[in-house]
Amino acid sequence: MAAPSLTATGRARRRKLANRAAEAFSTLAALAAVAVLALVVGSVLLKGIHALSWEFLTATPVTFGETGGGIAQAIVGSALLIVMAAAMAIPVGVLVAIYVTEFAPSAIDRSVRLALDVLNGVPSIVIGIFVFTLLIVGHHQSALAGSVALAVIMLPLVARSTQEVLKLVPGHLREASFALGASRWRTVLGVVLPTAVGGIATGATLAVARAAGETAPLLFTTSVAPTTVSTDVREAVASIPLTIFQYAEAPDPALNEQAWAAAFVLISFVLVLSLGSRAALARSRRKLGDPR
Amino acid sequence: MDAPVPALLPRTRRFGDRIGDGLLHALTAAAAALAVLIVVSIAWKVFEGARPALEKFGLGFLVHQGWNPVTNDYAALDFIFGTALTSFGAVLLAAPISIGIGLYLSELAPRGIRGVIGSLVEMLAAIPSVVLGLWGILVLGPFVAQHLGPFLADHFGWIPIFAGDPTQNGSGQLTAILVLTIMIVPITSSICRELFLSVPDDLEQGAIALGATRWEMVRDVVLQYTKGGVVAAIVLGLGRAIGEAIAVTQVIGGQTGIHTSVFATGDTLASRIAAQYQGAASDLQVAAIVYLAAILLVISLVTNFGAQLVVKRFEFQRVGGD
Repeated sequence: MAAPSLTATGRARRRKLANRAAEAFSTLAALAAVAVLALVVGSVLLKGIHALSWEFLTATPVTFGETGGGIAQAIVGSALLIVMAAAMAIPVGVLVAIYVTEFAPSAIDRSVRLALDVLNGVPSIVIGIFVFTLLIVGHHQSALAGSVALAVIMLPLVARSTQEVLKLVPGHLREASFALGASRWRTVLGVVLPTAVGGIATGATLAVARAAGETAPLLFTTSVAPTTVSTDVREAVASIPLTIFQYAEAPDPALNEQAWAAAFVLISFVLVLSLGSRAALARSRRKLGDPR
Repeated sequence: MDAPVPALLPRTRRFGDRIGDGLLHALTAAAAALAVLIVVSIAWKVFEGARPALEKFGLGFLVHQGWNPVTNDYAALDFIFGTALTSFGAVLLAAPISIGIGLYLSELAPRGIRGVIGSLVEMLAAIPSVVLGLWGILVLGPFVAQHLGPFLADHFGWIPIFAGDPTQNGSGQLTAILVLTIMIVPITSSICRELFLSVPDDLEQGAIALGATRWEMVRDVVLQYTKGGVVAAIVLGLGRAIGEAIAVTQVIGGQTGIHTSVFATGDTLASRIAAQYQGAASDLQVAAIVYLAAILLVISLVTNFGAQLVVKRFEFQRVGGD
């Protein structure tokens, strides 16, 4: 009698093969995502570094036919837009989150959350069109309108991340504060917010990173911009995302190269902000005792 | 020891506290009201801005073709078709990949590299769409025209969507589908990972103990347990794909007409809006652009509520099942 074979045959073999195939597919999917990230970031780094220079960061565009020039107007414009949008969205977003976690009755709480979810799901181009119909029709484009559009994008992000951090503040801290005789507003401003401030700041930073890369809300609100450095909020200003958008489709290869360099600037800013704040967020979550 | 007991407790709530509570409450409630107001006014302003086109074209706008600023005749069917083709194409590719990544990160990956790969996938989500579009035109487009397109046409040319000349140029609906896939995979896969991690360990171990292979455990336990959430994640990805304007405008080529071949250029609702930013010839054209935005707004609301409904039903089932 021959010894029984230990290799799987028939049905068991099929099951093992199916298992192998599924594991291989799953691993390949993850590798593919990482490979695409490497390809995109690698292209931007390799092609962007050529055109990147001190002049590129500090000069304004040259007239057609000359070489050189830079995107100083777009850097200043983007900074202006982002600072204004953050100044509008962050305070309002934090206040909304405080209302929802500290004050609102549960029915209102639900409808405010619903509104934030809806707002978060509205495509950014539609938000651009909304601000266009609200502020631009009948007037002219302005940096102010662009930053309002960016602020509408940021608002649900700030409100939601703040809400999550506020929920993590332990209830016994609030109770201790009440027990000491502190009123609600003192408790919120003196106990709840200081405990959560790290998480709120990192959530706000993530929202800034997201807004910095948005192009669609700016198309109809601040796209017809001068090529000089301008900080007048009543006039349209240039911005880095829109400059990439326009240079990418330009027939001039020199402008294509500048688009890569501008993408390099944008992607470094966005990735540094979002990676840094993600790390900080994870840390503050752990500090507040969230197991995630 | 006798302490003197005052007849009445002194008033300890200071004036500032009484005002402060009301003030903070009012201030935060005003902010919340503003958020709700923004949502309402988005719907209101977008439909109001679209009204001239709504009155002129009515709902026929949705079922007619063409976009002609010279004759001032506009309709949306071309773009609705383009939106459907590109976003369903992207979801078809992204759904299995996202589930695969979610499974890899929750079940397969060794602990050490799990976090690293998870953050890399999230980094992909942080890349601005305009940068992805730039890469799409200048790197992915030429690759599609020279390699991927001809390969698909040679081997799958008998399928209508792969008919036609793949080498015309790099822009087209196939490039748009690929770029959209790259944009939605990080979103859906990170939701999938969270869902898969929420499956109780004892269920998974039970399946393994009964002799199931890892794949059978995933198929019969993990995916069964989370299927509602996975569908919701995919619907959210679909909503994102439908609404993406910038990257699609950059790679799709911008052309009217209904093109069933993925090698052809086309246009989506969002990309047509974005492509018109340099100005419109007439007020009616502006209204038609806003009408496109209104359609997009309705679609995005439907997909978002749809996804939330699925999640609710799924949570209910789970609570009910325990």
